Amino acid sequence: MKRAGVVALNTFREAVRDRVLYNLLFFALLMMAASVIAGQISIGIEQTVIVTLGLSAISLMGLLISIFIGVGLVSKEMDKRTLYAVLAKPLRRWEFLLGKFGGLVLTLAVNVAAMAVGLFLALIYVKPELERGDATVLIAVYFIWLKLALVVALALLFSCFTTPLLAILFTAGIYIVGLYVQELRNMPMQMMSGGMTLFTKWLSFLLPNFENFNIMAMAAHSRQVPGTLIAQNTLYAAIYCAIVLTAAVVVFSRRNLK
Amino acid sequence: MTAPAIETENLTKEYPHGFLNLKKRNSLEGLNMQVETGEIFGFIGPNGAGKTTTIKLLMRLIFPTAGTARILGKPISDIDMHRDVGYLPEQPYFYDYLSAAELLDYFARIHDLPATVRKERIEKMLQKVGLETAGKIQLRKYSKGMLQRAGMAQAILHDPKVVILDEPMSGLDPIGRREVRDIILGLKHEGKTVMFSTHILSDAEMLCDRVGVIVGGKLRGVGAPEQLVGVKAKATEIFFELTGQSAAPLLAKATRTGDRYRLQVPEAELYDTIDQLRAAGAKILSAAQVRATLEEFFMDLVEADRAQAAAVEVSGK
Ligand SMILES: Nc1ncnc2c1ncn2[C@@H]1O[C@H](COP(=O)(O)OP(=O)(O)OP(=O)(O)O)[C@@H](O)[C@H]1O
Ligand SMILES: [Mg+2]
Repeated sequence: MKRAGVVALNTFREAVRDRVLYNLLFFALLMMAASVIAGQISIGIEQTVIVTLGLSAISLMGLLISIFIGVGLVSKEMDKRTLYAVLAKPLRRWEFLLGKFGGLVLTLAVNVAAMAVGLFLALIYVKPELERGDATVLIAVYFIWLKLALVVALALLFSCFTTPLLAILFTAGIYIVGLYVQELRNMPMQMMSGGMTLFTKWLSFLLPNFENFNIMAMAAHSRQVPGTLIAQNTLYAAIYCAIVLTAAVVVFSRRNLK
Repeated sequence: MTAPAIETENLTKEYPHGFLNLKKRNSLEGLNMQVETGEIFGFIGPNGAGKTTTIKLLMRLIFPTAGTARILGKPISDIDMHRDVGYLPEQPYFYDYLSAAELLDYFARIHDLPATVRKERIEKMLQKVGLETAGKIQLRKYSKGMLQRAGMAQAILHDPKVVILDEPMSGLDPIGRREVRDIILGLKHEGKTVMFSTHILSDAEMLCDRVGVIVGGKLRGVGAPEQLVGVKAKATEIFFELTGQSAAPLLAKATRTGDRYRLQVPEAELYDTIDQLRAAGAKILSAAQVRATLEEFFMDLVEADRAQAAAVEVSGK
């Protein structure tokens, strides 16, 4: 477990030394600056515009990082064969995988926090007094981070058994479908055959429900978030990540390195 | 009687190949081999013989189709075994965003070396492989030989009892090779076991207590280098000078450079030949035993394997 921590810190260090990350971060902050301008044009709804644009920027940048770096976490090491020397050390494969996951989730936490600071600076710029309701923005950021952790776990799983390109497509695909899980559940079932209904139902419960993590509308209007939703989302992300990571470990532990 | 440091039993690895991966080909077939504690064991064989496959199997980077292996008496699936094993991959590549010192520090942490010894150990290792001035440079800026040196440093960083090196000399300049030889000999003096694969037979001959020759996935011979090559017929080479007339029929068999000749004769004819040469007025400069080299032994094995493979192909098996 301690060794997984060592791997995580090194993964974090790799990300910190990666220029791509700063470009993305810069782009996100640029988007927030733009939202201030957009907010000033739309008088009266500055806050709504800034929060919506800002959270979208955080989510988008986070997704790009999670999918692309997430898929590369293990596949890049297999490709460059940096893994050989590492796995010959007294390090179990699950410790390695967990460390890689932890490292990127930590990186995302730092990134998301940096972007959140940017968002708050934009907010303060348009309205000098922050209210209690603005804390909802923080919770929205936290939910985005949970969602990103889930995406990283999925990216890691796919990268353990397929090519990086396919893993990127699969992860992105699941993310997009995961946004519409609720619609899938509410589909008019009478239009379908029995088997199809069952299949859709199962699928809707199997797929991660990413829309659960979206409270952008609440944040934009400074509405209170119920505590149960926070607990529920945290638990959901933790359990889902655990299951996906376990699957990744099972695949990766049997894998022959080329 | 202590257990062998490394021991394989019927170790087999088959890779799928061909259309839809339907065919199988053995990269390693039923390898039974022992490396004794405290010895330097050389693993030699042509390209594609299965050396790297064997070493990767031992390090659990790939998994065998059949067979087992033990290192230091423990099954290789036991993670604790890795504490006492050092490994240098073939053409090593490491995190290029780290410097050599950072890389070693990372590995030292995975090995759980206490902070008090880490720094000192890393400095010592960098010095040992001749990277003391390059320790702070990022590995992406390293040359091939420098990476090889960094790889050597990480293999012996944690003071392992067994060191497994896949082509430790490749990519190194003559000084580097000499240094690696010294490191390997040093490890032996410390009582460690070293197994390394190589194509450089003179290195194997010079360093190894025993060598294993692998061709086409099968072990073809194991033993001390001089024992392996000892089966060759012994001969002596006479080096002599002969000016003026050259009557002796012996000269037809000799190679000539100016007035000097080299002549190889079987042991049984040695004294006869010398007498004849003396009679002809030759001045004998030296007479030395011709030692069959590991290289010849190796070539013979490989040729035999090729011939066999060709025969199989012809008979359509
Ligand atoms: N991932 C793989 N998939 C399919 N075949 C493989 C794979 N890795 C190795 N092989 C095959 O296994 C055989 C042995 O390869 P190996 O790398 O062990 O050779 P080697 O003795 O180390 O050769 P070299 O001296 O060139 O390093 C080769 O025929 C190679 O084609
Ligand atoms: Mg090899």
